[in-house]
Amino acid sequence: MKNFLALLAALGLGVLIILSLQNNTLFNEYGEDVTGRDSEEYGDREYGEENPASGPANIVTSIVADFRSFDTLGEITVLFVSSLGVALLLGGTKQKRLDLGFHPNFMLRIGSKALFGIILMTGVYVTIHGHLTPGGGFPGGAMIASSMLLLYLADDTFRAKIKGFKILESVAGSLYVLIGIAGLFFADYFLENFLNNGVVGDLLSAGIIPLIYVLIGLKVGSEISGVIDNFLTEEVV
Amino acid sequence: MLQFAAIILLMLGLYGLLTQRNVIKIIISLNILEIGLNLFIISVGYFEGGLAPIFTSETPANPNFVDPLPQALVLTAIVIGVGTTALGLALARKIYQKYGTLNLDEMGEN
Amino acid sequence: MLDNIEVLQVLEIVIAVFMVVLAFLAINSKSLIKAVMFLSALSMLSVIGFVVMQAPDVAVTEAVIGSGLVTSLFVFTLLATKKVGVK
Repeated sequence: MKNFLALLAALGLGVLIILSLQNNTLFNEYGEDVTGRDSEEYGDREYGEENPASGPANIVTSIVADFRSFDTLGEITVLFVSSLGVALLLGGTKQKRLDLGFHPNFMLRIGSKALFGIILMTGVYVTIHGHLTPGGGFPGGAMIASSMLLLYLADDTFRAKIKGFKILESVAGSLYVLIGIAGLFFADYFLENFLNNGVVGDLLSAGIIPLIYVLIGLKVGSEISGVIDNFLTEEVV
Repeated sequence: MLQFAAIILLMLGLYGLLTQRNVIKIIISLNILEIGLNLFIISVGYFEGGLAPIFTSETPANPNFVDPLPQALVLTAIVIGVGTTALGLALARKIYQKYGTLNLDEMGEN
Repeated sequence: MLDNIEVLQVLEIVIAVFMVVLAFLAINSKSLIKAVMFLSALSMLSVIGFVVMQAPDVAVTEAVIGSGLVTSLFVFTLLATKKVGVK
């Protein structure tokens, strides 16, 4: 009976969504193109143009770190609060590594250290080129965190220096807010781009956006590394 | 085509959320709901023949980009998703330490 | 011969069918670790869906986070809950 009611609720949700779709698109009064939507202004530049209104070649980056940067500040705050909650629930004063029932041999330990560097550099590359290519601070930070995960998995006594991650995270978050306040002083409003935008497609372009994305990458990487450390330890009873 | 799969994923996620009695299964259902929702939001901005919204040296003069705004929203939604999943899993581990089970029905008995 | 648009349409249908089947299996399988693996495969297929729908940023993020980190967090939770206070 309970399952039948759940099935009915799920079917009702599906029927409601399909009824709200007209001609297989949700907002078909705008037509298929972005012409006429709000998004039309976001892509208003050309490759190689000098000092456009918004610098990055990747339009998604220009929305995440420029037009809606305040949203992103709130979003990394949400991630910070959730990592704080995990630390509150799983952390303790005396901790030891969770026993995975698996002891890596010598070759695995040494080889994983070589692989760690490659994954870390991939994460840094993706973070720094976030305004030119797909990627950016969020996947780059997650790649940095997964390189830490590799070290944890390949050595059953390894513990990262979590205190360093906490300091890095606080510094990155504070610098983000400070850059925003600098926008308040040098330009008109909070988090406004106050540097020269450069040429679209160059590495050193787009003003403060690469700075902000590197800070986001550091913050996300250290937060997720902290979460992984909390999940791989247990309290000594 | 993919938006219909996304709607079915949404329905399956809601069904699992309402019927499952295991904490881990509930979090898995929540993840399925999230994947369906992300696919659906992306499909709102997509049309056939659109280009990925990135300027390169080979981009034509008047590029026909897909809508970049849903992609930016989903980018942040995925990262929030990993935060909520981690918090839920930490709660599940605490529940197991306290009650010795992950099943919601067996919890009130001791 | 199929041209590019038709190949994409066939790919979309295949991905859609596999995603629905994997979601059904992930919800209804009895073993928890199998459910986690089905969820990881579903996430990986959704990455192909994002690439087909011209969203490379989202695809990179979902590939790293959805099918890598979230799966490892689930597996660690299952490993931690197997030992303490077994009934």
